[in-house]
Amino acid sequence: MSTATRARRYRDVPAALIFVGPAAVGFLTFYLWPAIRGFYLSLTDFSLLSAPEFIGLENYERLIGDHLFWNALLVTLEYVVINIAVQTVFAVLLAVLMHRLTRSMTIRSIVLLPYLIANVIAALVWYSMLDYQTGVVNQLLEWLSVDRVAFFGETTTAIPTIALVNTWRHVGYTALLVFAGLQAIPKQVYEAAAMDGASEWKTFWRVTLPLLRPVMALVLVLTVIGSFQVFDTVAVTTTGGPINATRVIYYYIFEQAFARFDFGYASAMSFALFVILAGVAYAQLRLTRASQSDLS
Amino acid sequence: MAIASTPQAGADLTPPPPGRPRSVRPDRRGVPWGRIAGWATLVVVMIVTLVPFYWMLRTSLSNTRALAAGSGELLPVDFTLGAYKRVLGLSTTAEAVSEGGSGASVNFWLYLRNSVIVATLVTAGQVFFSAMAAYAFARLSWPGRDTVFFLFLSALMIPPIFTTLPNFILIKDLGLLNTYLGIVLPGLLMTPFAVFFLRQFFLNASHELEEAARIDGAGHARIFLRIIVPLNQAPITTLAILTYITAWNDYFWPLLVGKSENVRVLTVALGVFQAQTQRGTPDWAGLMAATLIAALPIMVLFAVFGRRVINSIGFTGIK
Repeated sequence: MSTATRARRYRDVPAALIFVGPAAVGFLTFYLWPAIRGFYLSLTDFSLLSAPEFIGLENYERLIGDHLFWNALLVTLEYVVINIAVQTVFAVLLAVLMHRLTRSMTIRSIVLLPYLIANVIAALVWYSMLDYQTGVVNQLLEWLSVDRVAFFGETTTAIPTIALVNTWRHVGYTALLVFAGLQAIPKQVYEAAAMDGASEWKTFWRVTLPLLRPVMALVLVLTVIGSFQVFDTVAVTTTGGPINATRVIYYYIFEQAFARFDFGYASAMSFALFVILAGVAYAQLRLTRASQSDLS
Repeated sequence: MAIASTPQAGADLTPPPPGRPRSVRPDRRGVPWGRIAGWATLVVVMIVTLVPFYWMLRTSLSNTRALAAGSGELLPVDFTLGAYKRVLGLSTTAEAVSEGGSGASVNFWLYLRNSVIVATLVTAGQVFFSAMAAYAFARLSWPGRDTVFFLFLSALMIPPIFTTLPNFILIKDLGLLNTYLGIVLPGLLMTPFAVFFLRQFFLNASHELEEAARIDGAGHARIFLRIIVPLNQAPITTLAILTYITAWNDYFWPLLVGKSENVRVLTVALGVFQAQTQRGTPDWAGLMAATLIAALPIMVLFAVFGRRVINSIGFTGIK
């Protein structure tokens, strides 16, 4: 390295320290250090009252034998599957409809609206609309001569209900992500398909969907990981019940840490979740060949 | 182009007849059933999207005691503004109870103020410090720059709960539980997303103005504040709006560190209000009035900046 380029390379160091300083402090204090500390805590017995006591892998052994942990994972998985399946189908449908029919900003705004209000609010509004006694949905069911349903109150319906409420909140956002992907597909591809006499249906399956694959892969990784983190809706409606039907993993961790003050065990579960999510994301990216595009 | 499923795509290179809109296929069968079905589906989706908002309003203007009997009515049942008065602490206990309230004192003005304080502090700090960092990553040359940037980005992979538990312990050890500072601190200095987002834009800004300013003797602070920030006003505003909405809607963190009344934000207050009213018949009108108050500021923000937010969605996908 010549002295000139070396000088150039180091020219901005003092300024860089100042500019990156606050963010670096934030990163070290609230991201990097807690991540390391979180892993360490997972190897300890820690109740907040006394100093953490190192116990090796005991928390992880306990986790393997804890049927509530596996139940939480299973419940979360049920939630994720319903949430993602319904949400993805509707988001793609909505995005394609918008793409083919209208450029209206108003429609796009309406579609996004539920995403802008808090989870807590979406949960409470649906909680009131789905109430067994006074909810309008049950009133509708009665008019249709169908039995009333305690949507949040039965073990079989609670998770699907929560999954669909959150689908309502997120589907528009996901649709707009897919929509952005659709806009990147060149018009000529559609012109060619139309000239070959391909129907809308055929065009969708043979042209749109294959070309959308990289975008869909990214959208799926993001929504699946987000979906695993369901908490707010459970916290303000069912609080884990009935029985353990909605005790999702985030809620179970929250309870272990803040109701039982078992921070060591809660940290171990958080780390397990971290590993699971990393695995899920990796598998998804491999399966969907996310980094390769068919457009080129 | 490598599209296996349309082998004839390149065979016929005749341009399409002029004047035929791309999205409308030539209509050979008379009635365009496809388009009608498409629009019908869109309209149904719009209705399902909007009805809960209307129902929020309708229920909030009802008398809770009359709701059970009139659960299917489209208009407010026994119209009253009582729920709003109750939620904003403007009605007496007797009034509140007579309309189905719990009678417990609630004051959403306070929570509204707390939410404004928290969301404003987080937005101002996070956007400003992240912009500074983005400037260092995009426009300054220093050894280790790309490594540090990659390290920042890798934090996007960590599920929030993993860092939330130790962060709670830190805030507790610092004695900042139930203070505004404790609520805002983790998001005040940066998020990996904000740095990444702004860096993308700062990279693209032209170097000419910057060089000219440097020749005129401008320092980095001046270049940053007078050139980079004004040139990137649009993405900075977009980021600020997104940050504000995220901070406003956050529930988990403020629930952990800010449960006490004086710093309680709206989302947490809604959860508490819900839990209090749950025994017996919930005060639905009060609850819906409260949710509407909590949602309104974001709706207003969206009404003003909606287009910007929508146009940024494609980009925020990486969030």
